[in-house]
Amino acid sequence: MNDQGVATILETSQPATAAKGPVKLAVHNLSISYGGTPALVGVDLEIHENEIFGIIGPANSGKTSFLKALNRMDMFNPAMQVAGDILFNGTNIRQWRNVYALRRRIGVVFPLPVGLPMTVYDNVALAPRLSGVNRKADLDDIVERCLRRAALWDEVKDRLDSLGSLLSGGQQQRLTIARALSQDPELLMLDEFSIAVDPVTTMRIEDVLKELRTEMTIILVTNLTQQARRLADRTAFFLTGSCVEIGDTEALFTGNVQDTRTADYIAGRFG
Amino acid sequence: MLFLIMTALLILPVLIILATLIYKGGPAISWEFLFDDPREGMTAGGIFPALVGTIWLVAVALLVSVPLGVAAALYLSEFAPDNWFTRFINLCIINLAGVPSIVHALFGVGAFVLFFGFGTSILAASLTLAIMTLPIVIVATRESLQAVPLAFREACWNMGATRWQTIHRVVLPNAVSGILTGVILEVSRTTGETAPIMFTGAAFFLPFLPTSVFDQTMAMSLHLFVISTQVPGVPDHLPYGVALVLIAMVLTMNAASIGLRMYLRGKKKW
Repeated sequence: MNDQGVATILETSQPATAAKGPVKLAVHNLSISYGGTPALVGVDLEIHENEIFGIIGPANSGKTSFLKALNRMDMFNPAMQVAGDILFNGTNIRQWRNVYALRRRIGVVFPLPVGLPMTVYDNVALAPRLSGVNRKADLDDIVERCLRRAALWDEVKDRLDSLGSLLSGGQQQRLTIARALSQDPELLMLDEFSIAVDPVTTMRIEDVLKELRTEMTIILVTNLTQQARRLADRTAFFLTGSCVEIGDTEALFTGNVQDTRTADYIAGRFG
Repeated sequence: MLFLIMTALLILPVLIILATLIYKGGPAISWEFLFDDPREGMTAGGIFPALVGTIWLVAVALLVSVPLGVAAALYLSEFAPDNWFTRFINLCIINLAGVPSIVHALFGVGAFVLFFGFGTSILAASLTLAIMTLPIVIVATRESLQAVPLAFREACWNMGATRWQTIHRVVLPNAVSGILTGVILEVSRTTGETAPIMFTGAAFFLPFLPTSVFDQTMAMSLHLFVISTQVPGVPDHLPYGVALVLIAMVLTMNAASIGLRMYLRGKKKW
């Protein structure tokens, strides 16, 4: 059953992927419900390697649930039921023998910055330590590299020993990004990262993302449609639990849409 | 104003008790009193065997109830699904906290002294105390675990941490102050309990120090009961002295608990 699913998806996606690079993530008929209440129904989409894939849509459209299903966070929430197939690198994520190894390949950044109550250094070194990196020199290296890439190094290099949870909101969000990068993810998922961040920091993070796309695939969930326009190659519009439309970002924003609701949302007529 | 007066009235009993004990028991306190055996049918001498016995009882009770209670709270807070069984366990814990100590004593006799065959011993008495104070540890631990924000756990899970790694790296380090407070509360409660130990391991009069957990022992609380009510001709200052030492032990523990909580809260990280 699953093998067949893989085959169909690969076949149908072949022509489209030739131009855009291989498929990193394929979602087939994904439905999510919480205790019987559907949150997302029948989503089909493909995300290609080194693509920034934007997801826009108003609250309660199922964007966050979508991200949670991708790294199997439903495991920690008994009420959350996921149906359908999610293929990461061509393998169904339910067939990954080690779900923790899967999560290490997927970095997550939350809407509100979560500085863990430990030092800046330990925040970034946590994921490598979990996967068994313990040599001080290696850790120093990872911490500096990730903090630099998250555009935070210059601000915290002299106080790596102070508490991560005491940094400013914008710094904490970049710390969260550094932490997500420390696990060397192939896929980075950002869930409305700019909600609690000032505009200047938002622009700095956006610049960071533009650089990161050369090394990884990025899913950018955002409630700022203009942010999707600035960053995303393709954008999906989610509305009340279904995926209304997926298209090239520029096309969507220049009015080239198949569903009037997409145009209305982008134009700000509802939201 | 009325409420202020009523609140102020709460302090009165504490002050009166302390003042009386210090006034009447203070003169009894001396080096010999603390470190000497009772003599002449407990009408003279010191309280050393009871002091040591109480420390034994509390220590063994802690060794049992802390690991058990923390493990139970960890399971209930971090692992247990929300189903009828978990709710039933929670109900049991609440009820366990409400069982009168004399009933615990009789349970201890039946279970530990007779059924398990420990006899009247430190082990049986401490196990009884441990069962009785288990709810304190469980509730304190569970509350401090649940005070750690869910976002911390989620951040950790998303990094590929297992449940146990998350608990070990993030949850426990941030809950430890609350757990310690619960443990110290348990210590002060255990120190003062009389009923659960009087049938299970504490001796009326035994001027030797225990050498193993299978020995009987004297204990401060029972000693106080005995010399106040069971032995004729005890000079007045002796029971007051015992009570003063007992209450000093408990208050020291409580003060340590408050101090520790203040210290750790000062270091609170979010």
